[in-house]
Amino acid sequence: MTTAVMKPGPGLRSKQRRDRLRILAFLSPWLIGVSVFFLYPLLSTVYFSFMKYDGFTPPTWTGLKNWSYVFNDYPFFWPALRNTLWLVIVMVSLRVLFGLGIGMLITKVKTGAGFFRTAFYLPYLAPPVAATMAFAFLLNPGTGPVNNILGSIGLPQPGWFNDPSWSKPALTLLALWGIGDLMVIFMASLLDVPQDQYEAASLDGAGAWQKFRFVTLPNISPIVLFAVVTGIIQTMQYYTQPLVAGKVASGVIGGSGQQFQPGYPENSTLTLPQLVYNLGFQRFDTGGASVVALVLFALAMVFTAVLMRRRSGFLGTDD
Amino acid sequence: MTMTTSLTAAPVPMTAAGRTARRTRFLNWIAVHSLAIAAALFFLLPFVFVALTALMSDQQALTRDLWPDAWHWENLRTVWETPGFLTWWKNTLLYAGLGTALTLLSSIPVAYALARFKFRGRNLALMLVIATMMLPPQVVIVPMYLFWAKQLHLSGTLWPLIIPMAFTDAFSIFLLRQFLLTIPKDYVDAAKVDGCGEFKALVRIVLPMARPAIAAVALFQFFYCWNDYFGPQIYASENPAAWTLSYGLESFKGAHHTNWNLTMAATLLVMAPVIILFFFAQKAFIEGVTLTGVKG
Repeated sequence: MTTAVMKPGPGLRSKQRRDRLRILAFLSPWLIGVSVFFLYPLLSTVYFSFMKYDGFTPPTWTGLKNWSYVFNDYPFFWPALRNTLWLVIVMVSLRVLFGLGIGMLITKVKTGAGFFRTAFYLPYLAPPVAATMAFAFLLNPGTGPVNNILGSIGLPQPGWFNDPSWSKPALTLLALWGIGDLMVIFMASLLDVPQDQYEAASLDGAGAWQKFRFVTLPNISPIVLFAVVTGIIQTMQYYTQPLVAGKVASGVIGGSGQQFQPGYPENSTLTLPQLVYNLGFQRFDTGGASVVALVLFALAMVFTAVLMRRRSGFLGTDD
Repeated sequence: MTMTTSLTAAPVPMTAAGRTARRTRFLNWIAVHSLAIAAALFFLLPFVFVALTALMSDQQALTRDLWPDAWHWENLRTVWETPGFLTWWKNTLLYAGLGTALTLLSSIPVAYALARFKFRGRNLALMLVIATMMLPPQVVIVPMYLFWAKQLHLSGTLWPLIIPMAFTDAFSIFLLRQFLLTIPKDYVDAAKVDGCGEFKALVRIVLPMARPAIAAVALFQFFYCWNDYFGPQIYASENPAAWTLSYGLESFKGAHHTNWNLTMAATLLVMAPVIILFFFAQKAFIEGVTLTGVKG
């Protein structure tokens, strides 16, 4: 470009201004969106976390009272955090392992691959409310088909969504059923592993496990990390399934005007996002809800930072 | 051994070694496909049981039976004619349709700018996009609700869900940008040499090439709206005339709390459109999922 060495004359300056205006024009929907629907409410949440506010009378300053209430006196915070930890450790790791397994299986299927791929993918599309209601029915301890079948082959019949020690495993089963997205991601990355590396390993006399360990795994490890971190972030947002499962299993009638104490049975399906709803929209405690929201924000951002740092290629390049 | 012969592509000379290799391959085939069938049962049986129960009588749905004595197809009609059900459909289509259109309109230029233009703060902008994408919606819901309800008096309607889509969706920007990066710059440059402006080049050259990514974004956004439960619960729960399928379905369980057959029939009717759409747009779906996880 010859213009680069010229002194910035009036023509160039107006071109720069035009460029800047053009960029602003292209970005404007997002600039408005991120300010109005992200930065402003985020700052408000910080503000409300120090205020006493019921949504009706004007907010008043209370300092750290909301924070100490949530951590010390609100009976649901620690159970919800413990559940989140359980879900991160058990649900996320099982989902990644199972997704990888299904992804590997589908790359090996020779006959009817299209059918199997569709079958494995389909549950991922089921709307969460519908899927949860289906599972609440399937796993219903009295007459549900699953316990029916377990009973007929002489296996124990758990209480699933009605038993505090089985409700999270039941949710995990539901999550494993909707594994389709991970299957596709793993499938694509497995197909990208260079075939000559397998051939080289074969020549060196590597068995199936050694090929997996020394060829497959190193090649797909960025995708495994991606799946783990996005899985954790999804767990931070886990809301619909535990809430609906608890409602259906407890027999509470849904809909307007009905108060449902989340976490049924015995707080075992409580998650942090449910606490925001419980505090903010059922108890009209804006301050408490804001504190939980900020805890949630901090956790989600920690894992997002890990994702961005460990996958520097995540953003891609422009040339 | 005739069966294995049909399975191998190139005939191998019938040596002892060749026979063992073929047998191993055959056993492998059996193992893989047995596993695949077992997995397919795990993924498909829930749909089958839901459908079977949806077609049972009220009484039979309360028993341990798995197979209907008689096929009660009228259950589907009963659900369809339940007061409100049709309204929920209309609302869901409005939310999903309008939401998807607005998302595309607003996200495409932003994704294009983030993929193509060099400017100060671009990396910061990208990081903000990813941060908002990863953010649980509950983090900002309290001030957002107050904003829509107290300042704009729009709670009890679907507008607080639809209007923000006119101001982009982070996930859509991200997915589109990842795709736009793969389109060679030369195409746009060539168009500009021919006298196209930046906007014209985007519409005439880039958009037609980005059709797969646009289709994927449209589908994802449509399903996001279709499946959304939290948004309608926050903004629409106070007004049943503004409920969507996902939110209404859950309360349907309440209205018919002992009728598993009707509840499952309703569940089926909410799942059906998503699954039908999938069969028409499989490729776009799979490409979209791959794009989010692998590219870049």
